[in-house]
Amino acid sequence: MNALELKNIRKSYGDDLVISNLDLTVKKHQVKVLIGASGSGKSTLLRCINLLEEIDDGQIFLDGEDISAVGVNADSVRSSIGSVFQAFNLFPHLTVLQNITLAPRLVHGYSQEEASAEAQELLRRFGLLEKAHQYPDLLSGGQQQRVAILRAIICKPKLLLLDEVTSALDPVLIAEVLSLISELKRDGMTMVIATHEMGFAKKVADEVLFLKDGQILEAGSPARMLEDPQSQELKSFLYALEEAGRL
Amino acid sequence: MSQQSYQPSPLRKQREAARRQASRRSTTIALLSTFAVGAVVVLVVTGAKGFDLVRQSFFSWHYAVHSFPSVLSGIWLNLRVMLIAEFFVLIFGLLLALARTSKSPVLYPVRLFATFYTDIFRGLPLLLVLLLVGFGIPGLQISWIPNSAVTLGTVSLILTYSAYVAEVIRAGIEAVNPAQRMAARALGLSQSQTQRHVVLPQALRKVTPPLLNDLVSLQKDSGLISVLGAIDAIRAAGIETAQSFNFTPYLVAGAIFVALTIPLTRFTDWLTRKQDRARQQQGRW
Repeated sequence: MNALELKNIRKSYGDDLVISNLDLTVKKHQVKVLIGASGSGKSTLLRCINLLEEIDDGQIFLDGEDISAVGVNADSVRSSIGSVFQAFNLFPHLTVLQNITLAPRLVHGYSQEEASAEAQELLRRFGLLEKAHQYPDLLSGGQQQRVAILRAIICKPKLLLLDEVTSALDPVLIAEVLSLISELKRDGMTMVIATHEMGFAKKVADEVLFLKDGQILEAGSPARMLEDPQSQELKSFLYALEEAGRL
Repeated sequence: MSQQSYQPSPLRKQREAARRQASRRSTTIALLSTFAVGAVVVLVVTGAKGFDLVRQSFFSWHYAVHSFPSVLSGIWLNLRVMLIAEFFVLIFGLLLALARTSKSPVLYPVRLFATFYTDIFRGLPLLLVLLLVGFGIPGLQISWIPNSAVTLGTVSLILTYSAYVAEVIRAGIEAVNPAQRMAARALGLSQSQTQRHVVLPQALRKVTPPLLNDLVSLQKDSGLISVLGAIDAIRAAGIETAQSFNFTPYLVAGAIFVALTIPLTRFTDWLTRKQDRARQQQGRW
Protein backbone atom coordinates (compact mmCIF):
# COMPACT_ATOMS: atom_id res chain seq x y z
CA MET A 1 0.00 0.00 0.00
CA ASN A 2 1.12 3.55 -0.61
CA ALA A 3 1.95 5.58 2.47
CA LEU A 4 0.86 8.74 0.72
CA GLU A 5 -0.94 9.40 -2.49
CA LEU A 6 -1.84 12.79 -3.92
CA LYS A 7 -4.29 12.93 -6.79
CA ASN A 8 -4.74 15.99 -8.94
CA ILE A 9 -4.08 18.52 -6.17
CA ARG A 10 -5.00 22.12 -6.79
CA LYS A 11 -4.41 24.99 -4.38
CA SER A 12 -4.73 28.72 -4.84
CA TYR A 13 -4.70 31.81 -2.68
CA GLY A 14 -7.26 34.10 -4.23
CA ASP A 15 -6.20 34.57 -7.86
CA ASP A 16 -2.78 33.15 -7.17
CA LEU A 17 -2.60 29.53 -8.34
CA VAL A 18 0.09 27.88 -6.21
CA ILE A 19 -0.34 24.19 -7.04
CA SER A 20 -2.13 22.66 -10.00
CA ASN A 21 -2.74 19.11 -11.29
CA LEU A 22 -0.21 17.64 -8.96
CA ASP A 23 0.06 13.86 -8.52
CA LEU A 24 2.48 12.21 -6.15
CA THR A 25 2.87 8.72 -4.73
CA VAL A 26 5.10 7.84 -1.80
CA LYS A 27 5.51 4.17 -0.91
CA LYS A 28 6.19 2.98 2.61
CA HIS A 29 9.82 3.63 3.70
CA GLN A 30 10.38 5.81 0.63
CA VAL A 31 12.06 9.21 0.78
CA LYS A 32 10.97 11.79 -1.76
CA VAL A 33 12.82 15.07 -2.06
CA LEU A 34 11.19 18.20 -3.47
CA ILE A 35 13.49 20.73 -5.07
CA GLY A 36 12.69 24.01 -6.75
CA ALA A 37 13.07 27.74 -6.30
CA SER A 38 11.35 29.63 -3.50
CA GLY A 39 7.72 30.15 -4.43
CA SER A 40 7.55 26.95 -6.47
CA GLY A 41 4.96 25.54 -4.07
CA LYS A 42 7.07 23.13 -1.98
CA SER A 43 6.06 24.49 1.41
CA THR A 44 2.44 24.93 0.42
CA LEU A 45 2.33 21.33 -0.77
CA LEU A 46 3.69 20.09 2.58
CA ARG A 47 1.17 22.18 4.48
CA CYS A 48 -1.63 20.78 2.32
CA ILE A 49 -0.53 17.22 3.09
CA ASN A 50 -0.84 17.67 6.86
CA LEU A 51 -4.10 19.61 6.39
CA LEU A 52 -2.74 22.92 7.71
CA GLU A 53 -3.95 24.26 4.36
CA GLU A 54 -7.17 23.23 2.72
CA ILE A 55 -6.82 22.07 -0.88
CA ASP A 56 -9.14 23.48 -3.55
CA ASP A 57 -9.45 20.25 -5.46
CA GLY A 58 -8.09 16.71 -5.64
CA GLN A 59 -7.62 13.99 -3.04
CA ILE A 60 -5.02 13.06 -0.45
CA PHE A 61 -4.70 9.46 0.77
CA LEU A 62 -2.72 8.52 3.85
CA ASP A 63 -2.25 4.76 4.18
CA GLY A 64 -5.11 4.35 1.73
CA GLU A 65 -7.52 6.52 3.71
CA ASP A 66 -8.87 9.66 2.06
CA ILE A 67 -7.86 12.39 4.53
CA SER A 68 -9.17 15.14 2.27
CA ALA A 69 -12.73 13.80 2.51
CA VAL A 70 -15.46 15.87 4.15
CA GLY A 71 -15.82 15.15 7.86
CA VAL A 72 -12.33 13.78 8.45
CA ASN A 73 -10.94 14.74 11.87
CA ALA A 74 -7.99 16.92 10.91
CA ASP A 75 -6.51 16.85 14.43
CA SER A 76 -6.23 13.09 14.41
CA VAL A 77 -4.77 13.07 10.87
CA ARG A 78 -2.11 15.60 11.89
CA SER A 79 -1.25 13.57 14.96
CA SER A 80 -0.15 10.72 12.65
CA ILE A 81 1.98 12.96 10.41
CA GLY A 82 5.19 14.50 11.71
CA SER A 83 6.04 18.02 10.53
CA VAL A 84 9.23 20.01 10.95
CA PHE A 85 9.63 23.61 9.83
CA GLN A 86 12.43 25.87 8.73
CA ALA A 87 12.14 28.05 11.84
CA PHE A 88 12.12 25.10 14.33
CA ASN A 89 9.08 26.54 16.14
CA LEU A 90 9.92 24.94 19.44
CA PHE A 91 7.76 26.19 22.30
CA PRO A 92 9.97 28.70 24.16
CA HIS A 93 8.16 28.36 27.49
CA LEU A 94 8.71 24.60 27.68
CA THR A 95 11.93 22.66 28.26
CA VAL A 96 13.29 20.33 25.60
CA LEU A 97 11.73 17.34 27.36
CA GLN A 98 8.37 19.11 27.75
CA ASN A 99 8.44 20.11 24.08
CA ILE A 100 8.88 16.49 23.05
CA THR A 101 6.36 15.01 25.49
CA LEU A 102 3.56 17.54 24.95
CA ALA A 103 1.83 15.79 22.05
CA PRO A 104 2.31 12.24 23.40
CA ARG A 105 0.65 13.29 26.65
CA LEU A 106 -2.14 15.45 25.24
CA VAL A 107 -2.90 13.72 21.96
CA HIS A 108 -1.71 10.13 22.19
CA GLY A 109 -2.73 9.34 25.74
CA TYR A 110 0.73 8.56 27.13
CA SER A 111 1.20 8.96 30.86
CA GLN A 112 3.78 11.48 32.02
CA GLU A 113 6.21 8.65 32.86
CA GLU A 114 5.79 6.80 29.59
CA ALA A 115 6.24 9.98 27.57
CA SER A 116 9.32 11.05 29.53
CA ALA A 117 10.93 7.63 29.28
CA GLU A 118 10.32 7.51 25.54
CA ALA A 119 11.62 11.07 25.04
CA GLN A 120 14.74 10.45 27.11
CA GLU A 121 15.44 7.32 25.12
CA LEU A 122 15.30 9.38 21.89
CA LEU A 123 17.41 12.20 23.35
CA ARG A 124 20.02 9.70 24.51
CA ARG A 125 20.17 8.04 21.12
CA PHE A 126 20.82 11.35 19.39
CA GLY A 127 23.23 12.76 21.97
CA LEU A 128 20.89 15.41 23.37
CA LEU A 129 20.11 13.90 26.76
CA GLU A 130 21.99 16.54 28.74
CA LYS A 131 19.79 19.20 27.13
CA ALA A 132 16.55 17.58 28.34
CA HIS A 133 15.82 20.16 31.01
CA GLN A 134 17.06 23.25 29.19
CA TYR A 135 14.92 25.82 27.42
CA PRO A 136 15.17 25.91 23.62
CA ASP A 137 16.77 29.36 23.40
CA LEU A 138 19.87 28.09 25.19
CA LEU A 139 20.43 25.53 22.42
CA SER A 140 22.27 26.03 19.14
CA GLY A 141 20.16 26.15 15.99
CA GLY A 142 21.25 22.65 15.06
CA GLN A 143 20.29 21.29 18.46
CA GLN A 144 16.95 23.08 18.32
CA GLN A 145 16.17 21.64 14.93
CA ARG A 146 17.12 18.14 16.05
CA VAL A 147 14.83 18.51 19.05
CA ALA A 148 12.07 19.66 16.70
CA ILE A 149 12.59 16.53 14.60
CA LEU A 150 12.48 14.29 17.68
CA ARG A 151 9.29 16.07 18.77
CA ALA A 152 7.79 15.19 15.40
CA ILE A 153 8.78 11.51 15.40
CA ILE A 154 8.25 10.45 19.01
CA CYS A 155 4.81 9.03 18.29
CA LYS A 156 6.03 7.11 15.25
CA PRO A 157 4.18 9.02 12.53
CA LYS A 158 3.16 7.29 9.33
CA LEU A 159 4.85 10.07 7.41
CA LEU A 160 7.42 12.77 8.18
CA LEU A 161 7.35 16.12 6.36
CA LEU A 162 10.50 18.25 6.48
CA ASP A 163 10.21 21.79 5.16
CA GLU A 164 13.65 23.29 4.43
CA VAL A 165 14.78 22.28 7.88
CA THR A 166 18.38 23.37 7.32
CA SER A 167 17.81 26.71 5.60
CA ALA A 168 18.30 28.70 8.79
CA LEU A 169 21.51 26.94 9.84
CA ASP A 170 25.22 27.32 9.18
CA PRO A 171 27.15 24.44 7.52
CA VAL A 172 28.42 22.76 10.70
CA LEU A 173 24.91 22.70 12.17
CA ILE A 174 23.42 21.56 8.86
CA ALA A 175 25.63 18.46 9.01
CA GLU A 176 24.35 17.37 12.43
CA VAL A 177 20.73 17.78 11.37
CA LEU A 178 21.27 15.92 8.10
CA SER A 179 22.97 13.00 9.81
CA LEU A 180 19.94 12.66 12.08
CA ILE A 181 17.66 12.56 9.04
CA SER A 182 19.90 9.94 7.38
CA GLU A 183 19.52 7.82 10.49
CA LEU A 184 15.75 8.12 10.28
CA LYS A 185 15.95 6.87 6.71
CA ARG A 186 17.89 3.82 7.90
CA ASP A 187 15.08 3.25 10.41
CA GLY A 188 12.71 3.12 7.46
CA MET A 189 10.85 6.40 8.04
CA THR A 190 8.66 7.50 5.14
CA MET A 191 9.55 11.10 4.34
CA VAL A 192 8.78 13.99 2.03
CA ILE A 193 11.55 16.57 2.22
CA ALA A 194 11.75 20.04 0.73
CA THR A 195 15.38 21.17 0.61
CA HIS A 196 18.04 23.20 -1.15
CA GLU A 197 20.82 20.80 -0.09
CA MET A 198 21.50 18.90 -3.31
CA GLY A 199 24.31 16.78 -1.87
CA PHE A 200 21.96 15.64 0.86
CA ALA A 201 19.16 15.01 -1.63
CA LYS A 202 21.54 12.74 -3.52
CA LYS A 203 22.29 10.79 -0.36
CA VAL A 204 18.82 10.15 1.04
CA ALA A 205 16.36 10.54 -1.84
CA ASP A 206 14.78 7.56 -3.54
CA GLU A 207 13.37 10.05 -5.98
CA VAL A 208 13.86 13.75 -6.57
CA LEU A 209 10.96 15.86 -7.81
CA PHE A 210 11.53 19.23 -9.41
CA LEU A 211 8.72 21.72 -8.77
CA LYS A 212 8.08 24.80 -10.81
CA ASP A 213 5.01 26.98 -10.55
CA GLY A 214 3.20 24.37 -8.50
CA GLN A 215 3.74 21.49 -10.91
CA ILE A 216 6.15 18.59 -10.99
CA LEU A 217 8.16 19.32 -14.12
CA GLU A 218 10.61 16.49 -13.80
CA ALA A 219 11.20 13.52 -11.53
CA GLY A 220 13.82 10.81 -11.32
CA SER A 221 16.65 9.27 -9.35
CA PRO A 222 18.92 11.86 -7.72
CA ALA A 223 21.88 10.91 -9.92
CA ARG A 224 19.87 11.15 -13.10
CA MET A 225 18.27 14.46 -12.12
CA LEU A 226 21.60 16.03 -11.26
CA GLU A 227 23.68 14.67 -14.11
CA ASP A 228 21.21 14.48 -16.92
CA PRO A 229 18.45 17.08 -16.43
CA GLN A 230 15.97 17.01 -19.29
CA SER A 231 13.86 20.15 -18.99
CA GLN A 232 15.26 23.58 -19.62
CA GLU A 233 13.81 24.75 -16.29
CA LEU A 234 15.68 22.14 -14.24
CA LYS A 235 18.86 22.87 -16.18
CA SER A 236 18.70 26.55 -15.33
CA PHE A 237 17.74 25.80 -11.69
CA LEU A 238 20.80 23.55 -11.33
CA TYR A 239 22.94 26.14 -13.09
CA ALA A 240 21.77 28.78 -10.58
CA LEU A 241 22.62 26.48 -7.67
CA GLU A 242 26.05 25.88 -9.14
CA GLU A 243 26.64 29.60 -9.56
CA ALA A 244 25.69 30.09 -5.92
CA GLY A 245 28.15 27.37 -4.92
CA ARG A 246 25.35 25.18 -3.57
CA LEU A 247 25.91 22.12 -5.73
CA MET B 1 42.99 33.49 24.56
CA SER B 2 45.12 34.23 27.59
CA GLN B 3 44.36 37.47 29.38
CA GLN B 4 47.49 37.38 31.52
CA SER B 5 50.01 38.81 29.13
CA TYR B 6 47.66 41.60 28.08
CA GLN B 7 48.88 45.14 28.71
CA PRO B 8 46.32 47.89 28.04
CA SER B 9 47.68 50.19 25.35
CA PRO B 10 48.13 53.92 26.09
CA LEU B 11 45.32 54.49 23.60
CA ARG B 12 42.93 52.46 25.75
CA LYS B 13 43.99 54.29 28.92
CA GLN B 14 43.42 57.59 27.18
CA ARG B 15 39.93 56.49 26.08
CA GLU B 16 39.05 55.32 29.58
CA ALA B 17 40.23 58.57 31.12
CA ALA B 18 38.08 60.54 28.68
CA ARG B 19 35.08 58.35 29.54
CA ARG B 20 35.60 58.85 33.28
CA GLN B 21 35.83 62.58 32.82
CA ALA B 22 32.61 62.65 30.79
CA SER B 23 30.74 60.66 33.43
CA ARG B 24 31.99 62.93 36.24
CA ARG B 25 30.81 65.89 34.25
CA SER B 26 27.29 64.52 33.72
CA THR B 27 26.97 63.64 37.43
CA THR B 28 27.90 67.18 38.39
CA ILE B 29 25.40 68.66 35.93
CA ALA B 30 22.64 66.35 37.20
CA LEU B 31 23.30 67.35 40.82
CA LEU B 32 23.39 71.06 40.03
CA SER B 33 20.20 71.05 37.99
CA THR B 34 18.33 68.98 40.62
CA PHE B 35 19.40 71.43 43.29
CA ALA B 36 18.39 74.44 41.19
CA VAL B 37 14.92 73.05 40.36
CA GLY B 38 14.39 72.02 44.00
CA ALA B 39 15.34 75.46 45.24
CA VAL B 40 12.94 77.17 42.82
CA VAL B 41 10.05 74.88 43.89
CA VAL B 42 10.70 75.46 47.58
CA LEU B 43 10.96 79.24 47.11
CA VAL B 44 7.78 79.48 45.03
CA VAL B 45 5.70 77.30 47.37
CA THR B 46 6.89 78.69 50.69
CA GLY B 47 6.78 82.21 49.39
CA ALA B 48 3.14 81.90 48.32
CA LYS B 49 0.68 84.08 50.14
CA GLY B 50 -1.51 81.21 51.38
CA PHE B 51 1.35 78.84 52.25
CA ASP B 52 0.82 78.86 56.01
CA LEU B 53 -2.89 78.23 55.67
CA VAL B 54 -2.35 75.31 53.24
CA ARG B 55 0.28 73.81 55.49
CA GLN B 56 -2.06 73.92 58.45
CA SER B 57 -5.07 72.46 56.68
CA PHE B 58 -3.25 69.73 54.68
CA PHE B 59 -0.06 68.93 56.58
CA SER B 60 -1.01 69.13 60.22
CA TRP B 61 0.91 66.62 62.32
CA HIS B 62 -1.70 66.83 65.04
CA TYR B 63 -4.59 65.82 62.79
CA ALA B 64 -2.48 63.21 61.05
CA VAL B 65 -1.81 61.38 64.30
CA HIS B 66 -5.37 61.85 65.45
CA SER B 67 -7.01 60.45 62.30
CA PHE B 68 -4.51 57.66 61.64
CA PRO B 69 -6.33 54.85 63.58
CA SER B 70 -9.70 55.37 61.91
CA VAL B 71 -8.16 55.75 58.42
CA LEU B 72 -6.13 52.59 59.02
CA SER B 73 -9.24 50.63 59.98
CA GLY B 74 -10.84 51.92 56.77
CA ILE B 75 -7.94 50.64 54.67
CA TRP B 76 -8.66 47.09 55.87
CA LEU B 77 -11.89 47.32 53.87
CA ASN B 78 -9.99 48.59 50.80
CA LEU B 79 -7.58 45.70 51.10
CA ARG B 80 -10.34 43.12 51.09
CA VAL B 81 -12.08 44.84 48.20
CA MET B 82 -8.78 44.96 46.24
CA LEU B 83 -8.03 41.28 46.70
CA ILE B 84 -11.52 40.06 45.87
CA ALA B 85 -11.78 42.39 42.87
CA GLU B 86 -8.32 41.38 41.57
CA PHE B 87 -9.26 37.71 41.78
CA PHE B 88 -12.46 38.11 39.76
CA VAL B 89 -10.97 40.67 37.37
CA LEU B 90 -8.25 38.21 36.35
CA ILE B 91 -10.79 35.43 35.77
CA PHE B 92 -13.32 37.54 33.84
CA GLY B 93 -10.59 39.37 31.94
CA LEU B 94 -9.15 36.05 30.81
CA LEU B 95 -12.57 34.72 29.78
CA LEU B 96 -13.38 37.90 27.84
CA ALA B 97 -10.00 37.81 26.09
CA LEU B 98 -10.49 34.16 25.14
CA ALA B 99 -13.97 34.94 23.85
CA ARG B 100 -12.72 37.85 21.76
CA THR B 101 -9.88 35.85 20.21
CA SER B 102 -11.84 32.68 19.53
CA LYS B 103 -12.42 31.78 15.91
CA SER B 104 -15.14 29.20 16.34
CA PRO B 105 -18.44 30.08 14.62
CA VAL B 106 -20.41 28.57 17.53
CA LEU B 107 -18.96 31.24 19.79
CA TYR B 108 -19.93 34.13 17.51
CA PRO B 109 -22.58 35.52 19.92
CA VAL B 110 -20.10 35.25 22.81
CA ARG B 111 -17.49 37.07 20.75
CA LEU B 112 -19.98 39.76 19.87
CA PHE B 113 -20.95 40.19 23.52
CA ALA B 114 -17.29 40.35 24.62
CA THR B 115 -16.49 43.03 22.03
CA PHE B 116 -19.54 45.07 23.02
CA TYR B 117 -18.75 44.66 26.71
CA THR B 118 -15.13 45.82 26.47
CA ASP B 119 -16.14 48.75 24.26
CA ILE B 120 -18.69 49.94 26.80
CA PHE B 121 -16.79 49.43 30.03
CA ARG B 122 -13.49 50.77 28.77
CA GLY B 123 -15.17 53.97 27.75
CA LEU B 124 -17.52 54.47 30.71
CA PRO B 125 -15.99 56.49 33.59
CA LEU B 126 -15.63 54.32 36.69
CA LEU B 127 -17.47 56.90 38.77
CA LEU B 128 -20.51 56.56 36.52
CA VAL B 129 -20.43 52.77 36.74
CA LEU B 130 -20.26 53.06 40.53
CA LEU B 131 -23.29 55.34 40.63
CA LEU B 132 -25.29 53.23 38.17
CA VAL B 133 -24.57 49.96 39.95
CA GLY B 134 -24.48 51.32 43.50
CA PHE B 135 -27.71 53.30 43.35
CA GLY B 136 -29.44 51.80 40.33
CA ILE B 137 -29.44 48.17 41.38
CA PRO B 138 -30.85 48.73 44.90
CA GLY B 139 -33.43 50.95 43.22
CA LEU B 140 -34.74 47.92 41.32
CA GLN B 141 -35.78 46.46 44.69
CA ILE B 142 -35.08 42.85 43.81
CA SER B 143 -34.94 41.09 47.15
CA TRP B 144 -32.23 38.50 46.44
CA ILE B 145 -29.69 40.93 45.01
CA PRO B 146 -27.34 42.25 47.69
CA ASN B 147 -27.53 46.00 48.11
CA SER B 148 -24.59 46.76 50.39
CA ALA B 149 -22.36 49.57 49.22
CA VAL B 150 -19.24 47.43 49.58
CA THR B 151 -20.58 44.58 47.46
CA LEU B 152 -21.92 46.80 44.72
CA GLY B 153 -18.77 48.92 44.75
CA THR B 154 -16.66 45.81 44.31
CA VAL B 155 -18.92 44.64 41.49
CA SER B 156 -18.42 47.99 39.73
CA LEU B 157 -14.65 47.71 40.02
CA ILE B 158 -14.80 44.18 38.63
CA LEU B 159 -17.04 45.25 35.73
CA THR B 160 -14.74 48.08 34.69
CA TYR B 161 -11.36 46.50 35.25
CA SER B 162 -12.29 43.19 33.60
CA ALA B 163 -12.61 45.15 30.37
CA TYR B 164 -9.13 46.68 30.73
CA VAL B 165 -7.51 43.41 31.71
CA ALA B 166 -9.28 41.58 28.87
CA GLU B 167 -7.73 43.98 26.35
CA VAL B 168 -4.26 43.50 27.83
CA ILE B 169 -4.55 39.71 27.71
CA ARG B 170 -5.97 39.86 24.20
CA ALA B 171 -2.98 41.89 23.06
CA GLY B 172 -0.74 39.20 24.55
CA ILE B 173 -2.59 36.41 22.76
CA GLU B 174 -2.32 38.22 19.46
CA ALA B 175 1.38 38.89 20.01
CA VAL B 176 2.22 35.18 20.11
CA ASN B 177 3.86 34.18 16.83
CA PRO B 178 1.28 32.42 14.59
CA ALA B 179 3.97 29.84 13.79
CA GLN B 180 3.67 28.62 17.39
CA ARG B 181 0.00 27.89 16.86
CA MET B 182 0.76 26.17 13.55
CA ALA B 183 3.47 24.02 15.16
CA ALA B 184 1.07 22.95 17.90
CA ARG B 185 -1.70 22.12 15.44
CA ALA B 186 0.79 20.17 13.30
CA LEU B 187 1.49 17.98 16.34
CA GLY B 188 -2.21 17.12 16.45
CA LEU B 189 -3.17 19.39 19.35
CA SER B 190 -6.76 20.62 19.14
CA GLN B 191 -7.68 24.29 19.04
CA SER B 192 -8.33 24.43 22.78
CA GLN B 193 -5.24 22.39 23.71
CA THR B 194 -3.17 24.76 21.58
CA GLN B 195 -4.69 27.76 23.33
CA ARG B 196 -4.25 26.29 26.80
CA HIS B 197 -0.76 24.77 26.54
CA VAL B 198 1.01 26.81 23.88
CA VAL B 199 -0.57 30.24 23.31
CA LEU B 200 -1.79 31.34 26.75
CA PRO B 201 1.39 30.59 28.73
CA GLN B 202 3.41 32.67 26.27
CA ALA B 203 0.77 35.41 26.07
CA LEU B 204 0.52 35.84 29.85
CA ARG B 205 4.30 36.06 30.19
CA LYS B 206 4.40 38.77 27.58
CA VAL B 207 1.75 40.89 29.30
CA THR B 208 2.61 40.41 32.96
CA PRO B 209 4.02 43.97 33.40
CA PRO B 210 1.02 45.81 31.86
CA LEU B 211 -1.30 43.43 33.72
CA LEU B 212 0.30 44.27 37.06
CA ASN B 213 0.06 47.92 36.13
CA ASP B 214 -3.71 47.55 35.79
CA LEU B 215 -3.85 45.84 39.17
CA VAL B 216 -1.98 48.75 40.77
CA SER B 217 -4.52 51.07 39.22
CA LEU B 218 -7.36 48.89 40.55
CA GLN B 219 -5.91 49.03 44.07
CA LYS B 220 -5.90 52.78 43.98
CA ASP B 221 -9.40 53.02 42.51
CA SER B 222 -10.78 50.83 45.28
CA GLY B 223 -10.92 54.12 47.19
CA LEU B 224 -13.72 55.28 44.90
CA ILE B 225 -16.24 52.92 46.51
CA SER B 226 -16.45 55.57 49.23
CA VAL B 227 -18.86 57.53 47.01
CA LEU B 228 -21.42 54.80 47.70
CA GLY B 229 -21.05 55.31 51.43
CA ALA B 230 -18.82 52.35 52.25
CA ILE B 231 -16.60 53.29 55.19
CA ASP B 232 -13.22 52.70 53.55
CA ALA B 233 -10.04 54.72 54.14
CA ILE B 234 -11.19 57.66 52.00
CA ARG B 235 -14.58 57.76 53.66
CA ALA B 236 -13.04 57.49 57.12
CA ALA B 237 -10.76 60.41 56.25
CA GLY B 238 -13.78 62.33 55.01
CA ILE B 239 -15.59 61.80 58.31
CA GLU B 240 -12.56 63.04 60.23
CA THR B 241 -12.31 66.05 57.95
CA ALA B 242 -15.98 66.88 58.43
CA GLN B 243 -15.39 67.07 62.18
CA SER B 244 -12.28 69.23 62.09
CA PHE B 245 -12.37 71.09 58.77
CA ASN B 246 -8.79 69.94 58.31
CA PHE B 247 -7.84 68.00 55.15
CA THR B 248 -4.84 66.18 56.60
CA PRO B 249 -6.76 62.87 57.05
CA TYR B 250 -7.13 62.66 53.24
CA LEU B 251 -3.37 62.92 52.88
CA VAL B 252 -2.97 60.21 55.50
CA ALA B 253 -5.25 57.97 53.44
CA GLY B 254 -3.31 58.90 50.30
CA ALA B 255 0.00 58.02 51.94
CA ILE B 256 -1.33 54.61 52.97
CA PHE B 257 -2.59 53.94 49.42
CA VAL B 258 0.80 54.82 47.98
CA ALA B 259 2.50 52.59 50.54
CA LEU B 260 0.18 49.74 49.55
CA THR B 261 0.80 50.07 45.82
CA ILE B 262 4.55 50.62 45.95
CA PRO B 263 5.46 46.95 46.49
CA LEU B 264 3.45 45.92 43.42
CA THR B 265 4.85 48.82 41.39
CA ARG B 266 8.43 47.93 42.29
CA PHE B 267 7.75 44.28 41.54
CA THR B 268 6.38 45.28 38.11
CA ASP B 269 9.47 47.37 37.38
CA TRP B 270 11.75 44.56 38.46
CA LEU B 271 9.91 42.04 36.31
CA THR B 272 9.94 44.33 33.27
CA ARG B 273 13.68 44.88 33.61
CA LYS B 274 14.28 41.17 34.00
CA GLN B 275 12.30 40.38 30.87
CA ASP B 276 14.05 43.12 28.91
CA ARG B 277 17.41 41.70 29.89
CA ALA B 278 16.40 38.18 28.95
CA ARG B 279 15.09 39.41 25.60
CA GLN B 280 18.33 41.27 24.88
CA GLN B 281 20.46 38.30 25.81
CA GLN B 282 18.73 35.56 23.92
CA GLY B 283 15.85 36.94 21.94
CA ARG B 284 13.47 35.29 24.39
CA TRP B 285 9.97 36.75 24.70
